[in-house]
Amino acid sequence: MSYIEIRNLTVQFMKINEDGSEVPGRKALEDISLDIEKGSFVAVVGMNGSGKSTLAKCLNGLILPTKGDVIVDGMNTRDEDHLWDIRSRVGMVFQNPDNQIVSSIVEDDVAFGPENLGIEPAEIRRRVNQALKQVGMYDQRLKGAHMLSGGQKQRIAIAGAVAMRPECIIFDEPTAMLDPKGRENVMNIISELNADGITAILITHFMSEAVETDRIIVMNAGRVLCDRTPAQLFSDTEMIERAGLELPPFIELREKAGLPSDVTNLEKMAAYMNNR
Amino acid sequence: MSITVKNLRYIYNKEMPGETVALDDVSFEISDGSILGVIGHTGSGKSTLLQHLNGLLKPESGDVFIDDVCITDGKTELVEIRRRVGLVFQYPEYQLFEETVAKDVAFGPRNLGLDDEEIKRRVKHALEIVGLDYEDVKDNSPFEHSGGNKRKIAIAGVLAMEPKVLILDEPTAGLDPKAHREILAMVRRIHDSTGCIIIFVSHNMADIASMADKVIVLNAGRIVLEGTPAQVFSHGEELAAMGLDVPPAREMTDKLSRLIPGFTSEALSITQAADDIRNFISSDK
Amino acid sequence: MIRDITLGQYYPGSSPIHRLDARVKITATMLYIVELFVVNNFAGFLIAGIALFTVIGLSRVPLKFIFRGLSAVFIIIFFTLILNIFLTDGRVLWHWKFITITYEGLTRAVFMAVRLIMLIIGSSLLTLTTKPIELTDGLEKLMSPLSKIGVPSHEIALMMTIALRFIPTLMEETDKIIKAQQARGADFESGNIIQRAKSLIPILIPLFISSFRIAQELALAMEARCYHGGSGRTRMNEIHFHKGDAVAAVILVLFLTLIIASRRMGMPAIQ
Repeated sequence: MSYIEIRNLTVQFMKINEDGSEVPGRKALEDISLDIEKGSFVAVVGMNGSGKSTLAKCLNGLILPTKGDVIVDGMNTRDEDHLWDIRSRVGMVFQNPDNQIVSSIVEDDVAFGPENLGIEPAEIRRRVNQALKQVGMYDQRLKGAHMLSGGQKQRIAIAGAVAMRPECIIFDEPTAMLDPKGRENVMNIISELNADGITAILITHFMSEAVETDRIIVMNAGRVLCDRTPAQLFSDTEMIERAGLELPPFIELREKAGLPSDVTNLEKMAAYMNNR
Repeated sequence: MSITVKNLRYIYNKEMPGETVALDDVSFEISDGSILGVIGHTGSGKSTLLQHLNGLLKPESGDVFIDDVCITDGKTELVEIRRRVGLVFQYPEYQLFEETVAKDVAFGPRNLGLDDEEIKRRVKHALEIVGLDYEDVKDNSPFEHSGGNKRKIAIAGVLAMEPKVLILDEPTAGLDPKAHREILAMVRRIHDSTGCIIIFVSHNMADIASMADKVIVLNAGRIVLEGTPAQVFSHGEELAAMGLDVPPAREMTDKLSRLIPGFTSEALSITQAADDIRNFISSDK
Repeated sequence: MIRDITLGQYYPGSSPIHRLDARVKITATMLYIVELFVVNNFAGFLIAGIALFTVIGLSRVPLKFIFRGLSAVFIIIFFTLILNIFLTDGRVLWHWKFITITYEGLTRAVFMAVRLIMLIIGSSLLTLTTKPIELTDGLEKLMSPLSKIGVPSHEIALMMTIALRFIPTLMEETDKIIKAQQARGADFESGNIIQRAKSLIPILIPLFISSFRIAQELALAMEARCYHGGSGRTRMNEIHFHKGDAVAAVILVLFLTLIIASRRMGMPAIQ
């Protein structure tokens, strides 16, 4: 059994007519079936409006399926009795660093999740300190959240998810609003968390980030266009074109220079060039 | 037409706790119809500089000239400054407010006191330059559009003021790859069809390298590097020390040249880097 | 100017005032505000003033920081001053056409202004020295008896936490929108009152849209972090009543007695 099982998931939002009546609107997701394994690192890519974010919000019950099911660790997101169990196992970090921080003071914000779980104070303190150390923000724990840079705020948001001790974290375009330093920092933290055993689902527009994962799911118009390893996906230029994506810089360079696809990093490229 | 910035200095929170020099002795010139790239990490003074260029902030000392007109002497009317210099902020789609696209784009020209016919002409023209069909979109609500299109509408709102200088602060931030390419193509089109000076701020070094004729690098309120993209990006180590990157193509060729004796490349684009690699391979044998 | 508002901001520190139980500070502030209106003569103001400055001194919040908050409400103070000066009957000091200044008006105006200034300083001192979360926790605890009669004390406290958290964010957002519309030639400074009110539309609409977006995103983020109301919730920092709090409470009672006594000190009363 996979950690997350998505079965024939369809999400259709309701649209309000001019006369006030509700009618079914467009389908944000249509007939999606996927399995996500425990401990894996999965990227979800695709154009704006392709359904990436909707899919992400289905995984922790923020959006419920119109048809089909999402099963997390054996629990159906439709089952209200397990909703909080699911959300404590599947954490989420959003795009805008400003709009997900609840409390003015860094450590109080990180404590928000564990407090909701009803954990005892001493244990919350332990978790908060540990989570802050994990994202490298322990020294700033007493600072005001509005004094931090975007990248730092995003690290606080990650700490807030980590302090709930989740098994999986969904990152919904966590680097879209950051500068290059902040982006690099956040990506390093995500990789570290994944290395520690947390299942990581990364929604992103940056192919240089997607290429770091084990598996890339390409979304288009509410459907899964393809589901492959980065190496497979980025060797299919026609697919990249169709999905409105682009090649990561290294692969673009290799393709344009006409080098074979077993040249997978710069060291190999250098070796190849040296041997010729 | 030209912009001259002379010894600009600005202090934040003057005489207050947290007083910082945001701009310190900043001077540069941009000449006719060129594209200036501005880079610097967050907090380096980029947006403070941009706001001086259209009179939103007043410098502590120093001057900004657009052609021969000094916009910092306190005599030039603000409307006159904004007629010359258009500033598009980050995420400009968050400033849309009118019921229809046409009305929103007309907001700027209307503030300039133009007549209806001229406003209509400008709105139509501006929407066309950004790549939207006037007849198709004019009566839509701007809020119904996709993120990328909203941004184009917002940019059209500034273009319709027909400025001689157009400043774009991270115009591609947060867009998907396709919308990103469209915005870059749009900037090129604006530049080619209006011939205005464009000041382009971005964290994306590949975009800076491909768009800009000249680049300035800001760090802690000062210009620390200035020159053509090729000149600026040959200072990879200095840039790295300031927390800035070089374009990915250059980063890769720099690494390759450390690993391969005899390989050199000053490529700024992937295409150029690929050519250099191919030439190296074929010339070797 | 928008950045000058210190009301609702926290000034980090570990002074004796910072360390006090939030419940004590909230109670003290509320009583202090009431006292300011009990005071009716110079002696009373002197006592209240000394008390205020002692607390400021103990809190180690820089005076500059405290007074900056006043500049934002200067207009209100100014109008209070003017209204009281011209609209109070009594012994005439100066008269010209329809303008009359009386002795009573002048003293009343000064006392009202001092009262307002002390009120604003006093209440901003509470937020400056109390972490927002402590403030709202304190309020929640103080109001918890009321929850038995159906007052949603947890929700009120959480609303306050979020309001305090988002004041700086919304200020920044407003600043950005104003500047962006100015860059499109918007003019907020000229024209008559109707034109000026109209010129606010390009600011207000984007600001509303932003606020709704923020609220929506925040609600999702809170749900994702398992927020489901106050029941079953715990707190990382539980409030404990310390020895220092007891001392503060005693001093507070002393201050109250002094203030009430001041009414009988034989100074000229002002109402």
